[in-house]
Amino acid sequence: MRIALQDISKQYGRVRANDGVTLEIAEGTIHGILGENGAGKSTLMKVLSGYTRRTGGRILLDGRPVSFEGPAEAVAAGIGMLYQDPLDFPRMTVLENFSTGLAAGGPSGSQRRRLLLSSCEPFGFSLDPESPVGLLTVGERQQLELLRLLALGVELLILDEPTTGITSRQRNLLFEALRTLASRGKTILLVSHKLEDVEALCHRATVLRLGRVAGEAAAPFDTHRLLQWMFGSPPSPPPCVDSEVGRPVLRLKRVSAPGGRSGLRDCSLSLKEGELVGLAGLEGSGQGVFLRLAAGLTEPRSGSVSLDASDMAGRGYHAFRERGVTFLPAARLEEGLIPGLTIAEHFALLEQLGPVVSEERARSRAARGIEQFRIAGRPETGADALSGGNQQRLLLALMPSTPRVLLLEQPTRGLDVESANWVWGRLVAHAAGGACIVFSSSELEEIVQVATRIVVFYDGRVVKEVQTCDTSLEELAQAVAGKG
Amino acid sequence: MDTERIRETAARTALTVTAVLGLLGVILLAAGAPPLEAVKHLFLGSLGSWMKIAHVLTAWIPLTLCACGLLYTFRIDLWNIGVEGQVMAGAICATAVLRMGAESPLPGLWLSAAFPAGVLGGGLWAWLAGVLKTRGGVNEIFAGLGLNFVAQAILLWLIFGPWKRPGIASMSGTKPFEPELWLPTLSGLRISPAGLVLSLAALVLTGWVLRKTRLGLALKAIGRNRRAAFLHGLDPSRYTLAAMGLAGGLAGLAGTFQVTAVYHRLIPAISSNYGYLALLVVMLSGFRAGPVPAIALFFACLNVGSIQLPMMLHIDSSLSGVAQGVLVLAFLFFHGRYRRKHVRQPGGGT
Repeated sequence: MRIALQDISKQYGRVRANDGVTLEIAEGTIHGILGENGAGKSTLMKVLSGYTRRTGGRILLDGRPVSFEGPAEAVAAGIGMLYQDPLDFPRMTVLENFSTGLAAGGPSGSQRRRLLLSSCEPFGFSLDPESPVGLLTVGERQQLELLRLLALGVELLILDEPTTGITSRQRNLLFEALRTLASRGKTILLVSHKLEDVEALCHRATVLRLGRVAGEAAAPFDTHRLLQWMFGSPPSPPPCVDSEVGRPVLRLKRVSAPGGRSGLRDCSLSLKEGELVGLAGLEGSGQGVFLRLAAGLTEPRSGSVSLDASDMAGRGYHAFRERGVTFLPAARLEEGLIPGLTIAEHFALLEQLGPVVSEERARSRAARGIEQFRIAGRPETGADALSGGNQQRLLLALMPSTPRVLLLEQPTRGLDVESANWVWGRLVAHAAGGACIVFSSSELEEIVQVATRIVVFYDGRVVKEVQTCDTSLEELAQAVAGKG
Repeated sequence: MDTERIRETAARTALTVTAVLGLLGVILLAAGAPPLEAVKHLFLGSLGSWMKIAHVLTAWIPLTLCACGLLYTFRIDLWNIGVEGQVMAGAICATAVLRMGAESPLPGLWLSAAFPAGVLGGGLWAWLAGVLKTRGGVNEIFAGLGLNFVAQAILLWLIFGPWKRPGIASMSGTKPFEPELWLPTLSGLRISPAGLVLSLAALVLTGWVLRKTRLGLALKAIGRNRRAAFLHGLDPSRYTLAAMGLAGGLAGLAGTFQVTAVYHRLIPAISSNYGYLALLVVMLSGFRAGPVPAIALFFACLNVGSIQLPMMLHIDSSLSGVAQGVLVLAFLFFHGRYRRKHVRQPGGGT
């Protein structure tokens, strides 16, 4: 099947997730779609697979314009998508899952079983038809979904980040299967942020950046150019900050924990006073799990976390908090602030004195915080009525005035440049005062500009740990894309 | 913006009330009763004489006490369906104390001891549901419902077993206490001033606690966003137990009132479904203390007034129950529809 996307755009509120994307995919090829988080890859694929409706543009299949009302129509037209997180029914068996979507009155139970087993064979997949899908690994669930889509007669297969969370053996099997399928005339679209996957598999690759096509190339690929397209150019030399680094405060030794898509495996880091540590990596590569471990919000499955040289095993977040560890989540209104409570009430929560809330004191503290942190609101303004930037300012205002360890998850996400700079000013001042600051960010430039030390996460592991002065943006970009 | 909101609320309320009354009329017609006539009898049956008003207030007291308790649990986003069992547990504990006081030279002492006992009984019963939730992850609705059955079973066992009337065990309950152990009522009217004062005090106190104290703020914060409240240093489990304990204590107080002021003995239907009814009262109050007394009064009127219906119009008194159910469901339906229409659609990401 030949696919042409012409001038596709998709708008979510004020955000243009796709902004005039034009793309052609030849029949029987494996085509890669590369880009950072938020580049618009997933949106484009959701548009193509009928999951969401485009705001503008045309889709042509073999030259015919099409429009889908839902994924079922797309599947009927021969387009199937393997989502990042398998969309299956964990409590049903492999065979039952395989049968969903097959026409009623189609093959009988035993025929379906034979169909499943025979379609496993050429790819070397081994799936037990009677096993509940919930017991399968991500890789096996992916194999099942792939077979199911093929049984439905799909001609174009879209795979969204298929190699995250699967073993290397499963990855090889998957790649072999995709090559076989392409040689039989199926068209494959591989969405990824991993350069190595695209380089190993794809005939052509298109790079998206900020919702637009940044570039397109055929194999063999020039890694340097792909990276430039992905992360923008030119890479500015990082400014070097000479910082006084003090004693270690928080130490994580060989910690592993589940969470996110990749979990965190075997990570050791020591965080020191006066340090600004930036955690780089694509979203969900382990940074979030790391921050939560360091805050005592998650218990490590193995390894140890110690604060001021005392082991914190079994101690919860509140024990960390009492010792000066503060965690600021990325999801401000989901985790950080309380919708329905005013700014003054948020400040009142921090007061620990007496059974009765002193409204006066809460109001005056709120007024001070509002002034100091330049929050556009009044003490009686509800937290949910604030804009994203002001919510972030409120979260910062609620922090203890002399924090020891600050763990921030994407502290500037969604902020305009001015607000972001202001936030960094505050944080740098805290670091100068001896606080240890650790933050994650999806913007490499930002990390390079602010952090004194950079830790890169990839697929749940620390792949690079370096002083900002000793690295370059390009080197970091490579590590982020798994080419470290 | 604020006047617009008030206007909108008024319009919505008017619409809801009209729709609900219309539905009620349809139901009455379907039951073969002339709607206006039925409403008149409901009115006269509940407020037509001092005697009837006293009846209404006697129903209002436990209803209000239970509703006050539920305000705490709703504030922290818990559905304390177990309130019914908590009323029974309170009644059982109060009865236990009063039985010990039978033939005592100091009945007043035992009568006053029955109240803390009832509060403790209800509170413990609720706390149990809280522990099941915080330690075992059992949803408070299931925990409460399960404990309701257990409380009812214990109640029946006591009435037909250890505490049965000398000679015969019967559905009419245990042997009535000596009048010295009754909560005093106004002469001529069966209304207890102490009960009224207690429920008014509970109302005012609950309103104050929820609005002005650290506890109230913590309950609200946890109820609105458990995770964020935890990150701000609050312990959701502790406050869950506290809210449950308070709710159960007030329900237990209602049970004690039923024993000491209304029935003067333990009967199988000691809770009179006031716990469940109080859930409806609080929902219709929008989970705020302010409207509770008026809405509780309305339900009390409906309850007492409907006793007349079978005699006057030859329709079943259970119609009042049907009306209450329809009222609440219709209200929640319209309210929910409104909210669904006005809640922003979640936006997608990339």
